[in-house]
Amino acid sequence: MSAAPHSALAPQSVQAPLDVAVIRRDFPILARTVRGKPLTYLDNAASSQRPQVVIDAISRYYETTHANVHRGVHTLSQQATDLFEGAREKVRRFLNARSTREIIFVRGTTEAVNLVAQSYARPRLGPGDEILISWLEHHANIVPWQMVCEQTGATLKVIPISQAGEVDFDAFERLLSPRTRLLALAHVSNALGTIVPVERFIRAAKARGIPVLLDGAQAVPHLKVDLQALDCDFYGFSGHKMCGPTGIGVLYGREALLREMPPWQGGGDMILAVSFTKTIYNDLPYKFEAGTPDIAGVIGLGAAIDYLGSLGLDRIAAAEHDLLAYATQELSAIPGLRFIGTARDKAAVASFTVDGIHPHDLGTILDHEGVAIRTGHHCAMPVMDFYGVPATARASFAFYNTRDEIDRLVAALQVAREMLG
Amino acid sequence: MDLKDLYRDIIVDHNRHPRNFREMPDADRHADGYNPLCGDKLTVYVKLDGDRISDVSFQGSGCAISVASASLLTESIKGRTVPEAEKLFQSMHELLTRDDSTVDVTSLGKLGALSGVREFPARVKCASLCWHTLDAALHQQQEPVKTE
Repeated sequence: MSAAPHSALAPQSVQAPLDVAVIRRDFPILARTVRGKPLTYLDNAASSQRPQVVIDAISRYYETTHANVHRGVHTLSQQATDLFEGAREKVRRFLNARSTREIIFVRGTTEAVNLVAQSYARPRLGPGDEILISWLEHHANIVPWQMVCEQTGATLKVIPISQAGEVDFDAFERLLSPRTRLLALAHVSNALGTIVPVERFIRAAKARGIPVLLDGAQAVPHLKVDLQALDCDFYGFSGHKMCGPTGIGVLYGREALLREMPPWQGGGDMILAVSFTKTIYNDLPYKFEAGTPDIAGVIGLGAAIDYLGSLGLDRIAAAEHDLLAYATQELSAIPGLRFIGTARDKAAVASFTVDGIHPHDLGTILDHEGVAIRTGHHCAMPVMDFYGVPATARASFAFYNTRDEIDRLVAALQVAREMLG
Repeated sequence: MDLKDLYRDIIVDHNRHPRNFREMPDADRHADGYNPLCGDKLTVYVKLDGDRISDVSFQGSGCAISVASASLLTESIKGRTVPEAEKLFQSMHELLTRDDSTVDVTSLGKLGALSGVREFPARVKCASLCWHTLDAALHQQQEPVKTE
């Protein structure tokens, strides 16, 4: 038998499932221990880990190519600009957007939503207008709209969810009104893992001429996103949840809408000409990228896209689906464990409570076993209120996790039950 | 650092069977406390006989540390004067937050069981929430207490 390749970037058959042992070697952090135990990192919905190729891309950029972009005629500035704009093209291709003019670099999903709220919604909305969101939303897709409503007198309407954690389509249709000006939906719920069948919602909204924003923070790392097929108007996501750096994310916007929108922030890079009487704004996408951007972050994001692309989103989704199925089966055997969110179509998130043990205590005890999960309200307090719980424990899986790690999670939960149950 | 330093038997017991866990409709003072990080919410009720705390109770939901801490609090301050309770609050605060604490743990009675919490920085707020809430109740503070 030949030796295993050193990196998942080495050619693998497209049909073959991912070789997780090989993949794990790409992520240096997975080799570390926590409290004397091997790290079992199951907090991927909060933030994923980075492969060496992403870390190297950032280091190499700083070591060999750093200069400011879009400014100098000197070689370094040109090379840095080429890398930066090359990453924008990688994002475009990754999401199948029509043009790089539609790809705006922001700090993350939160900033993407805020940009649309302030630059698209705020100038257009007035008293009596309505923004529709769902009960599943992360605070980042609630609070920016509440702020716009306060600023404009518009009203925020919320689509209810079922006990399983699925957005109620019939209720959505009933909530649509002649005053609905925007639909803002999670593509995948961060707290529950529900994959929202956004295509249906988008079709119904578009039929009434209502623009749609999707919060793709939890979707982009785990399923293939095709923006032209989805036909939404805005789409935001974060680099750090998809093996890229923190502090960088993307807002996709339909070009026709972006053209009409005023800049959100003013400064360098977003202008063509400035005098004290008049400033002419730059073209898309630069109109929305004031100031020196996170160049290293963008280059790192490009490397993360290359990495995920080399594995294949389909194979990633298959591996994670297998992990979720195994985790669901094994966790079900724990007495007193209740799943929060049981949608038919779910990303690899297991949110749960255990009778008699507060999630925060679970978090501490699991950490002692080297198992990192998220405990709390997951920045989705309305979801917690819906289920009548103050918090849940959430294990979220990535393609580099293993069944052994799920076994360690289950064993650690048994320790917690013995201690506090 | 062992988990058993955090979840000592007395803490596990007070979590399973919290003492003075009831509403007090005729309380002279009460205050709400909230820990946004973990969602712990509790209300502390106090009945005063002059300067003396004649009765104290709490209600709410939270993790084992916050429930046990509140339960132990009620046991330890019932019958004490307000200045004595405030002095105990200062001692608990120092015990929970300062590595160089000189508080004599044995002088705290059962409350000393919470000394292990200091080794788990993420959980200090769980243990101190009830004490801040008691302090707010005694000072008739209107705003709910938050640990963030």
